[in-house]
Amino acid sequence: MRGWILAALLLAAFARPATALDRAAVEKLAYGDSEERIAAIAALVAEGDPRAVTVLRALAEGELKAAGEQAGRRVLIVKGDEVTDAITDEKVSPLPAGTEDVRINNRLRGAVQGALAALKLVSSDRATRFAAVKELAGGAEDAMLPLVRKALDKEDDPAIKTLLVQIAATLELKSGTKESRIAAIRTLADSSNSNVKMLLLSVLENEEDEDVRFAARTSLDQVEERLAWNQRAGLAFAGVSLGSILLLAALGLAITYGVMGVINMAHGELIMIGAYATYVVQNLFRAHLPGAFDWYLACAVPVSFLAAAAVGVFLERTVIRWLYGRPLETLLATWGISLMLIQGVRSLFGAQNVQVENPAFMSGGIEALTDVVLPWSRIVIIGFAFAVLAGMWLMLTRTRLGLYVRGVTQNRAMASCVGVPTGRVDMWAFGLGSGIAGLAGCALSQIGNVGPDLGQSYIVDSFMVVVFGGVGQLAGAVYAALILGLVNKVLESWSGAVIAKIVVLVFIIFFIQRRPQGMFALRGRALD
Amino acid sequence: MGPISATITRLYGPRGWMVLGACSFVLFVVFPLLSIAVPPDNPFHVSAYWVTLIGKVMCYAIVAVAMDLIWGYTGILSLGHGLFFALGGYAFGMYLMRQIGRDGQYQSDMPDFMVFLDWKEFPWQWWMSDQFWWCALLVVAVPGLLALVFGFFAFRSRVRGVYFSIITQALTFAAMLLFFRNATGFGGNNGFTDFKRVLGFTITTPETRIVIFMITGATLIGTLLLARYIVTSRLGRVLTAIRDAEARVMFCGYNTMHYKLFVWTLSAVLCGIAGALYVPQVGIINPGEMSPANSIEIAIWVAVGGRGTLVGPIIGAGLVNGAKSLFTQIMPEYWLYVLGLLFILTTLFLPQGVVGLFNRFKKRAA
Repeated sequence: MRGWILAALLLAAFARPATALDRAAVEKLAYGDSEERIAAIAALVAEGDPRAVTVLRALAEGELKAAGEQAGRRVLIVKGDEVTDAITDEKVSPLPAGTEDVRINNRLRGAVQGALAALKLVSSDRATRFAAVKELAGGAEDAMLPLVRKALDKEDDPAIKTLLVQIAATLELKSGTKESRIAAIRTLADSSNSNVKMLLLSVLENEEDEDVRFAARTSLDQVEERLAWNQRAGLAFAGVSLGSILLLAALGLAITYGVMGVINMAHGELIMIGAYATYVVQNLFRAHLPGAFDWYLACAVPVSFLAAAAVGVFLERTVIRWLYGRPLETLLATWGISLMLIQGVRSLFGAQNVQVENPAFMSGGIEALTDVVLPWSRIVIIGFAFAVLAGMWLMLTRTRLGLYVRGVTQNRAMASCVGVPTGRVDMWAFGLGSGIAGLAGCALSQIGNVGPDLGQSYIVDSFMVVVFGGVGQLAGAVYAALILGLVNKVLESWSGAVIAKIVVLVFIIFFIQRRPQGMFALRGRALD
Repeated sequence: MGPISATITRLYGPRGWMVLGACSFVLFVVFPLLSIAVPPDNPFHVSAYWVTLIGKVMCYAIVAVAMDLIWGYTGILSLGHGLFFALGGYAFGMYLMRQIGRDGQYQSDMPDFMVFLDWKEFPWQWWMSDQFWWCALLVVAVPGLLALVFGFFAFRSRVRGVYFSIITQALTFAAMLLFFRNATGFGGNNGFTDFKRVLGFTITTPETRIVIFMITGATLIGTLLLARYIVTSRLGRVLTAIRDAEARVMFCGYNTMHYKLFVWTLSAVLCGIAGALYVPQVGIINPGEMSPANSIEIAIWVAVGGRGTLVGPIIGAGLVNGAKSLFTQIMPEYWLYVLGLLFILTTLFLPQGVVGLFNRFKKRAA
């Protein structure tokens, strides 16, 4: 409610009668010499009247005319046939005799552009103001100080206000007394803008006054610390994002390898199938339901699950089931399957990458902190990964299939004795793991290339997650994925992507040699 | 009967030695004569293409025998043998790069890729790389030491089975990423190529090619005899026992780690030598050789030929790579289907490989 009243007051403040525009300044703009006109522009800006935007824009576009002396001094805006008075906005007709163009040179044009940008500060539209403030935060002219102060008085949006305070302080720093400069430097300490850091650094370098230098150093430390935290926050987000991708890629494997003990080298290709299923759904929507294109993902998620699950069940029935208990043979056979799937996709869709477009709601991002933009696609995928995880957990702990799967894992012979159809349970569990790989593919299609080799790049990573976390449970995979994601990103910021990846791989190799059962070992007494 | 003749009879019976002798005769007499003495327009002439192809396949066969020692006999499936092969190739490739001298594109003492990267002096890895004996030592020492260290840690903590396979795969993957970097100092993703000469001989002449071919053949036969010597010895029996029931072997008082470490390191060294022989014949080495796919392919050579036999892997390497050359020429798009089917069908229906199939027929006939 209070917001509405404020907005109404604000509107009233801006909708002042047009006559309030400074007549003298406008006339100087039209009739004065170069210096006078620049001063006039500054005056118009300082006044901060929205009407000034119209006049200045007209000047920039050559639509501002000056009526001859005999028609009385009158500044006009001529748009095609329509003639209006620049100050009062009244219609004028006909065009007074002896009207001349108001000429404009490059120096003036620059001043007008700056003024127009500055005047956006007092625009009634929040987005325009915010954009203008952000632009000015990058560097503002000294002459804008009065206007910035004025905008600061009126502004009540906290985000814009913070930035305005900073801009004012920056300007104050360039001119002004020692006290006001020190005050300005203290104000700047609250900033988290990298430009402010540069500014303070230059103050430290050029300033002779000890007090100012001291204030600048204190402020600089605070700004740098804040910037470092922002960077860390961005890194943490990137790490969680990578972790969620690893988690998605590895969750299916956590079932097929972790729970069932089937080493499926074609897991990456099941991910690829999910991505291609998304691609096909996208094309169908584009061709037949262009209106609902933004919603194609809602359809692609189940389709990619079913497509990959169907392939998985087929593989389990035809190949993998004959190889239970022979892990090395399973490894080789599933590698063969992966080669055939890759070539199959190449034959069907071509060897080139295919385009999968993001729906509109997933493009763009939110700027959580200065210089830290969180893309929507990443946020959605983090949420999606944890949703899939929750779904899988429920499936394993709350459904009959989950009960059977756990039973068969713990003691196949006993489960079979009490009537669990172990063969069918294997089939469904493998289908479930494969389907989750398909979901991973659907998610990956939103942030990366979709091509026949998509799966190959994830197979080593997803095995690392499962092995690192410990075979046989989900919690291990979750921790492992997040840890590996974070470690990878942190190392990346120090040493570059390739070295980071190598270090992580070598770390895992050593880790497994220290703890062959992974982080979370299932306790048992078996030697093998 | 001295100990040497006892060893000879232990390795192969009279028929085996005769077959081996016949093969040696073909490799060392018939082949060189057909490729050098017979003029090119004669239908019996063996062209450079065939010399290279068969030489290449013999290198693969050495790798396959090495793989069979560790997988077929000891039961440890390595998915990292492509790494040892490539390391041997890179070690010898360094020497070949130095032999180019000033004949490179930039007429510099440095290899072309270093000139291109604007390096002024050789990085430390290239120390002494202009000496043949040093590089030959590296061919053996680098894969051997890496395998020794890696194997020591892995076997000590009893990493085995699929776990071992997966971490060897991670190892070769990490190495591939490392070698893809220009800063690593081995030519980045282009690797080494454009070799000119070896030990002063021009590398492209038929005579040099056939000599390298014969050295490769001799190495293959030597590898085969060494492997045969090992598997027929007491050591070989322990290895087979480890494959079949490691826990029992340990309970009998054997320290299985020493046995595994020995055969694992030996296998890696053999791969390194094969890689060193491979590079001058094929004329290129790049990080693609370290890709996990290549290492898994080695396993299928062994599986197709027959695990736990020594002739099998050689036959398997020949069959699979022969089929590969054939398919990539005639219909390249079908090769991956064939290879994939080979993986599946061999594991499902031919656990003993081609040799096992042959033995089954022989038994039925008898």
